[in-house]
Amino acid sequence: MKITVKLFATLRRGRFDQKTMECDEGVIIHDIVKMLEIPEKEAAIIFVNSRHAEFHTVLKEGDTLAIFPPVGGG
Amino acid sequence: MKLLHDFLRTHAVNGFITFSNQEAAVMKFGLSFPEVEEVILSIDLVPERYKKNQQTISRQQQLNLFKSCVAVVGCGGLGGYIIEELARIGIGKIICIDPDVFEEHNLNRQLHATLTTLGGAKVAAVAQRVGEINPAVTIIPLQKAFCQENGKDLLNQAHVVIDALDTIPIRLVLAEVCELMNIPLIHGSIAGWYGQVTTQFPGDRTLQKIYSGCTLEKGVEEQLGNPSFSPALVATIEVAEAIKVLLGEGTTLRGRLLSINLFDMEIVDIRIEG
Repeated sequence: MKITVKLFATLRRGRFDQKTMECDEGVIIHDIVKMLEIPEKEAAIIFVNSRHAEFHTVLKEGDTLAIFPPVGGG
Repeated sequence: MKLLHDFLRTHAVNGFITFSNQEAAVMKFGLSFPEVEEVILSIDLVPERYKKNQQTISRQQQLNLFKSCVAVVGCGGLGGYIIEELARIGIGKIICIDPDVFEEHNLNRQLHATLTTLGGAKVAAVAQRVGEINPAVTIIPLQKAFCQENGKDLLNQAHVVIDALDTIPIRLVLAEVCELMNIPLIHGSIAGWYGQVTTQFPGDRTLQKIYSGCTLEKGVEEQLGNPSFSPALVATIEVAEAIKVLLGEGTTLRGRLLSINLFDMEIVDIRIEG
């Protein structure tokens, strides 16, 4: 199945802005994060189709996964 | 009171009262600047300083802002600009909360950090600055660290709270306290070229959703630092949000996370559902 992954801010560096990826059925967000070699703590804010999601969320065909690093300064 | 009204009406030019006349009214009637400002606005006159607020802010809205209290939690990079803008637009009461003193590494971005304020309390510098801009703005400087225990007391009078904090766990505490106290919260945070803003109303729990599962104290700003422009930009958006919430008009970032990337010059607006 195909999913679209969007990376934001620092997560793009050395990776990509947006990419359509071929994945196995039942893949979870954590698998994608691992595949992209994103340190877990840097994948702080995760949305699937604009809904907040967690590492264990199962992805489905056509999903758009958006991953943001934590931004906490003031 | 009629004498004060007559004085103000006589000295108004096209509906505007200059600061020197406002000051003259303070002296003549033995009132404070905030008291005179409220009277000016309540008899449909406007202090000259707000001339360029109109038509963006109507006379009635200017009075609404004067009667509003905004709490700014954090007086560093974001907070400095936020308080400056709140004071200039005419918010009547601003509560400033920050336990820290200015340090040299604040000079690159924090509006009130100067060679003369180094080592001094941030809230004291901010209060002095607001007094220099407009003595009709009541500023309440609280040199305290916001926390679960004192949160309710510190935010007691606030109609809107603006997040200008610099750690993630305290932001979540702030979100919970605002939820408990039924106060809208404007969230903003920065890291290097990046920033984000959202507006949450009681019951939305947007911030809790955004940072759900995030156990970090600091975000990527720990590596990236913060330059001069990202706090100014994010602070400005936060103030615009606060003004719309106070006036009950316009479209806010409720249920949306505005993610700002100044490096790639990309601003995205993500809807946050469920």
